[in-house]
Amino acid sequence: MRLDLLAALNAERAARRPVILVTELESGEERLVTADQVAGDPRAAALAAALASGTSGMVGEGAARAFLTVHVPPPRLLVAGAVHISQALAPMARMVGFDVTLMDPRTAFATQDRFPGVPILADWPDVVLPAYRLDAFTGLVALTHDPKLDDPAIAGALEAGCFYIGALGSRRTHAKRVERLAAQGFSERQIASIAAPIGLDIGASSPEEIAVAILAQVIAAWRRPDRDGAAA
Amino acid sequence: MPTLDTDILAAAEAWTKEGRKIAIATVMETWGSAPRPVGSHLVIDAAGNFLGSVSGGCVEGAVVSEAGEVIASGQPKMLEFGVADETAWRVGLSCGGRISVYVEPVA
Repeated sequence: MRLDLLAALNAERAARRPVILVTELESGEERLVTADQVAGDPRAAALAAALASGTSGMVGEGAARAFLTVHVPPPRLLVAGAVHISQALAPMARMVGFDVTLMDPRTAFATQDRFPGVPILADWPDVVLPAYRLDAFTGLVALTHDPKLDDPAIAGALEAGCFYIGALGSRRTHAKRVERLAAQGFSERQIASIAAPIGLDIGASSPEEIAVAILAQVIAAWRRPDRDGAAA
Repeated sequence: MPTLDTDILAAAEAWTKEGRKIAIATVMETWGSAPRPVGSHLVIDAAGNFLGSVSGGCVEGAVVSEAGEVIASGQPKMLEFGVADETAWRVGLSCGGRISVYVEPVA
């Protein structure tokens, strides 16, 4: 691979733009194709399909074979609440491959010392979420216990169709949350998609163990949306 | 979902810019139960240092030594590993699968 191609590939990935590296196996030639260049490429149909599925693979037959290395932006995980569990969850989720962002307006909690290397949105959800833009490739983990912080994030995530929404809190806390969300007009089905109590039931006790339980549930929601929905 | 492969390609760029001669290995095809998915990368330098994995440890040694030749010759190479291909390669995958790995120089 040419170094300039490798550098361009890394730049596209860093900017969260989908990109495909096409390796023509007969000639060894390689080219980088961005999403808006797909239609004009000789292998347009195969590239479009690969981009849609996000899967790398071989296309074509015999001498006309090419390998497509597909790079789609990693799923994001928004963690509301700069709490102890978040300190364990953020590095674990990054290791798994999620693009993690922390949101908490309490600047005493949301510090780079406590969350090294994690981007921090240190303001209220209604201030920061419009620019962050929740979407179907984003999961939300709400850990503050505070309705002022958790509720607007959960509401935004429900509206955006986030692939995972989990909220910390006892059954009683959650029952009250359900009432508030219902009063805001969210359907029973939408509300039922919220994972609460949050995390897989593995008897987690410490903040680190709870982080594992949450992360496992997030992975299941991402990988098997039809089988292990957030409400499972 | 991307894994630490993300950092592997970044490392490949950084290593090259440091002046190290490197090769990138990519899993291009798998048959049967293969330990690493298509698209997985291994980056190798001329001294045999490497990052990433293409098989979870089964054939990395062979890929690293082939990468040395690829770096020296400047020519990419397709390698195949698996129980069905014992004559070509002495190493195999204990899981019984087969994989093809493309090794290319970065320049």
